[in-house]
Amino acid sequence: MLDTVLNALILNAGYNAALVGIGAALLGLAAGCIGAFVTLRRRALTSDAMAHATLPGIALAFLVMAAAGGDGRNLAGLMLGAGLSAALGLIWLDRLSRTRLPEDAAIGATLSTFYGAGILLLTVIQNLALGRPAGLDSVLLGSTAGMLRGDAIILALGAAVTLCLLFILRRPLIMTAFDPGHARLMGVNTALMDRALLLLTLACVLLGLHVVGLILIVALLILPALAARLWSDRMETVALLAGAIGALAGYLGAALSVALPDLPTGPAIVMITFTLFAASALVAPGKGLLAQAAARARLRRALPTGPN
Amino acid sequence: MAGPTPIPMPETALAISGLTVAYGSVPVVATVSARFPKGSMTAVIGPNGAGKSTLLKAALGLIPAVTGEVRAFGDPVARAMPRIAYVPQRAAVDWEFPARVIDVVQMGLYRRLGLFGRLTPGLRAQAMAQLDRLGMADFATRQIGALSGGQQQRVFLARALAQEADLVILDEPFAGVDAATEAAIIAVLHGLRAEGRTVIAVHHDLSTVPAYFDRVLLLNRRVIAEGATAATFRRAVVAEAYGHQLLTAIPA
Repeated sequence: MLDTVLNALILNAGYNAALVGIGAALLGLAAGCIGAFVTLRRRALTSDAMAHATLPGIALAFLVMAAAGGDGRNLAGLMLGAGLSAALGLIWLDRLSRTRLPEDAAIGATLSTFYGAGILLLTVIQNLALGRPAGLDSVLLGSTAGMLRGDAIILALGAAVTLCLLFILRRPLIMTAFDPGHARLMGVNTALMDRALLLLTLACVLLGLHVVGLILIVALLILPALAARLWSDRMETVALLAGAIGALAGYLGAALSVALPDLPTGPAIVMITFTLFAASALVAPGKGLLAQAAARARLRRALPTGPN
Repeated sequence: MAGPTPIPMPETALAISGLTVAYGSVPVVATVSARFPKGSMTAVIGPNGAGKSTLLKAALGLIPAVTGEVRAFGDPVARAMPRIAYVPQRAAVDWEFPARVIDVVQMGLYRRLGLFGRLTPGLRAQAMAQLDRLGMADFATRQIGALSGGQQQRVFLARALAQEADLVILDEPFAGVDAATEAAIIAVLHGLRAEGRTVIAVHHDLSTVPAYFDRVLLLNRRVIAEGATAATFRRAVVAEAYGHQLLTAIPA
């Protein structure tokens, strides 16, 4: 088994493994960078609700494409359905938030309602015997099995476009996250920036559908940002580090999933991401647990010894 | 609608006419009209809940007003915005944000930078000079969360100075800061006034009003009084704003 993992790591496990490894790394890069902005703008839960809200659209798109006689699993078609469904979820969430409902409750309500509707539709699809379960189940937790060359190209292009947009908008996005009131007075359209950030996040969710799956994509947005925050106090650096951590986690997770064919890619990537975060929390200079313990010990030694 | 129709007055830095702001159906400030002449330094004073912060935020368009008109330098306030800087209350932001002191000050340069402008050495030096004005040059590369409250307040003021605005509006700049910070801030604000710029600040310490400000606006959900400090900041007037509490510190 160790051989298989090592083989997968150095991309020797075959063409498909290489494709998945590179694809997952690109996804991790985009999700990590964008996730740094998402967490600082406090949109982590919103992005989770958005990811779950894609499911009914995916199922409906599958039904429509299958009914039209095509391949229900066409990625572009599924992405379109997912995007529309997520947009609907965000509009619904926006409406709920305008009532007196607290934001976290509104997010929970939206997430569970859309996800429930999606699972219901998936059951209908299974009962209609339209699709093998393997066809659509990969959007929940990710899979390395079904990735095609075309999918990898879509991932590469998607990651490139979203990262370019993020780079261009980084100044107003940072200002909006830090102090939205001041940003508005400085001529930044903060509402537009918030929508742009949601769109970039949606792009990550859609790109990650087959790799990480919609249930766990939120981890690839949040955990790299949390880990990176421990290493740097500058927003640009935090975003770049988060991208690097996400890319590494994506690559390692995909390799692990290739080596253990029963392990869905999503959980594999998330566990690797968490490991990187936990390691950062332990050894990061300054904010890491070890560094803080050492600093406390130094301080104790420097103090004059008291009665106890 | 009551209240005088505003006429464009370029000599008035900020002119508020008949401004009413409500949270839900409860009015916070009602039909407030006030003028802030160019080159003046005004304290906005009144008890807690008088609507001081609300008035200034609504004047800047940060929160919606029910009715009223606001002009700055004779123009609608939205058009004059490049000439206005605003220093919010310190508690308004998360100081754990991953930014260094100089990064925050450079946010004040955004109008000159835009999306693609390069942060030239000249602009960097300008941002640094604003920090220096407030005695914060040595802290430029510190993380903002590692600062004391007074230092954070100075960073916010440095960001406003970097905008090189003609009108600077501050929300409680002296709240919870030590004496050294208060002295540094007041020196900079008096410096701005000496350059002909206009300063408006929500202020709480009544004992320092005559020394710091040449004008006062007394507010308690409506305008109680407005004018030069010497003529307006009188015990009877202040007592009216504060609900007739005993105010022995104020000249009769």
